[in-house]
Amino acid sequence: MTSLPQNPPAKRLGLVIDLDTCVGCHACVVNCKEWNTGGYPAPLSDLNPYGAAQSGAWLNRVHSFEAVYEDNANAARDGASQSQSRTVHFPKSCLHCQDAACVTVCPTGASYKREEDGIVLVQEDLCIGCGLCSWACPYGAREMDPTGGVMKKCTLCIDRIYNEEIEEAQRQPACVNTCPAKARHFGDLADPDSSVSKLVAERGGMDLMPEMGYRPTNKYLPPRPRRDSYGKQGGANGPLESADPKGGFLGWVDRLLSDD
Amino acid sequence: MNPAFSVLIFTTLSGAGYGLLTLVALLRMTDAFPAVRWLGFTSLSLALVLITIGLMASTFHLGHPERAWRALSQWRSSWLSREGVMALVTYMPAGLLWLGWIFWQADNHIMSLLALMSALGAILTVICTGMIYASLKTIPQWHNVWTVPVYLMFALMTGALLCYAISLWFGLPAADGLAVLVLLSLLGAWAVKWSYWQAIDTTPKSSDIRSATGLAAFAEVRLLDPPHTEENFLMKEMGYQVGRKHATKLRRLALLLGGVLPFALTLLAIAAASGPFWIAAVIASLAALSGIAGVFIERWLLFAQAQHKVTLYYGQPTA
Repeated sequence: MTSLPQNPPAKRLGLVIDLDTCVGCHACVVNCKEWNTGGYPAPLSDLNPYGAAQSGAWLNRVHSFEAVYEDNANAARDGASQSQSRTVHFPKSCLHCQDAACVTVCPTGASYKREEDGIVLVQEDLCIGCGLCSWACPYGAREMDPTGGVMKKCTLCIDRIYNEEIEEAQRQPACVNTCPAKARHFGDLADPDSSVSKLVAERGGMDLMPEMGYRPTNKYLPPRPRRDSYGKQGGANGPLESADPKGGFLGWVDRLLSDD
Repeated sequence: MNPAFSVLIFTTLSGAGYGLLTLVALLRMTDAFPAVRWLGFTSLSLALVLITIGLMASTFHLGHPERAWRALSQWRSSWLSREGVMALVTYMPAGLLWLGWIFWQADNHIMSLLALMSALGAILTVICTGMIYASLKTIPQWHNVWTVPVYLMFALMTGALLCYAISLWFGLPAADGLAVLVLLSLLGAWAVKWSYWQAIDTTPKSSDIRSATGLAAFAEVRLLDPPHTEENFLMKEMGYQVGRKHATKLRRLALLLGGVLPFALTLLAIAAASGPFWIAAVIASLAALSGIAGVFIERWLLFAQAQHKVTLYYGQPTA
């Protein structure tokens, strides 16, 4: 059924992605591909993977943006604190929207939203590969498999999170498991006491393109303001130490080696 | 949006077919088209062939055409499914009308009812086609009040052009009235299309790269590094740029082929009506071909000028 669940799902499983700590290493992208090309949506095929014009289906991508702060010019002039402008690495996978238009446009019932946990899935043997769901998604979460002719999307690693064959600590999406910066968090966003809900409340988690009204489940944590010590003497990014030491061992070495 | 050739063929030809089916059915109901075998065979067969070629073409862009029948199941939520259902439903009265008209040259209330159902089915199918596009919030150039009228009016226009040519080939008295309908539908269709172009050119973009990334606290956000070095499915399917580059020229070409030329040729056909019948009929047929070619370019632009919101993640500042 491609109508959305009549009762809102009791659980809303999803990701919270921290734009402050993501370092843009693409480990989540690679581990997602590795797990899922053998998992629920297998295979995620590639065309010409070692050639010049390769393309293929991936369920998770990391974009990198430069974000320019509006007080940039003033900050540079005052010299008091360095610019708040920065590079933001931006991982993006399916947001498992509550009002998922990709589900309702599907003509065959292949695309559906699970009533028990809100995960949006594709039942591939029903998919005719018309691509309309990818047109309905503003986030670019769906990619057509170039050889399978069916639509692929993030399953929230449904074959890991409920998998009793693997260690309990491992029962989370591959992207979350592998992230070396702990920039991705997995949990139930319908439960206000869950760790992810607390993170969202604490850090001001936000929706992407809220004006679309799709009510995405996944939330993004905004970059934190830079610390006050940034750019000041003695701070992590302050000026280099003096090349003219006074006193102490280094001062003695400096005097000894100086010409006069 | 990438203008897939199969989808352009589908909406152009099936639109003309449904327009022709509607008009032929209504003309049969009102006896303007008599229940004569060869007239029915020519007009209804042409409509059904155009519709069928269009529907077949639409399955060519599917990853799994053999599963196309499954698209009939989700009519409760999906406009694409509704379109499929309406297209199939319309075949039933239209097919029976074809049989009754050709084999028995029947002229009774049942035939009138079948004609009415065919016309209604055809109109509803075209509305469903338009709604597939109009319902997508991700593409502002489609998600507006003009999209469905554009599809309806061009179906009427191309249908009227074909119907007029047929009436001339058969030397029917209805040709005079149909000539007026052709001229009016040409004016109407392009007036609607003009309003559509005005609307998409002046409507402000509702999303920008800041809302797409959640980085609204920053004054400016720019794509620094794309997520992949080669084009992916999203960029091929939704990042199409060629049409936007030549949009103004293509709009003129569409208007010329689809509007100005058929209008002039129709006037010429009216003037030639006093001469041998085939001269006017050939001119009207050329007008129909020109009109369909113009609508094909218009349909190409409808895709090429549509900017999907996902392009925000690939360097477009607004969408």
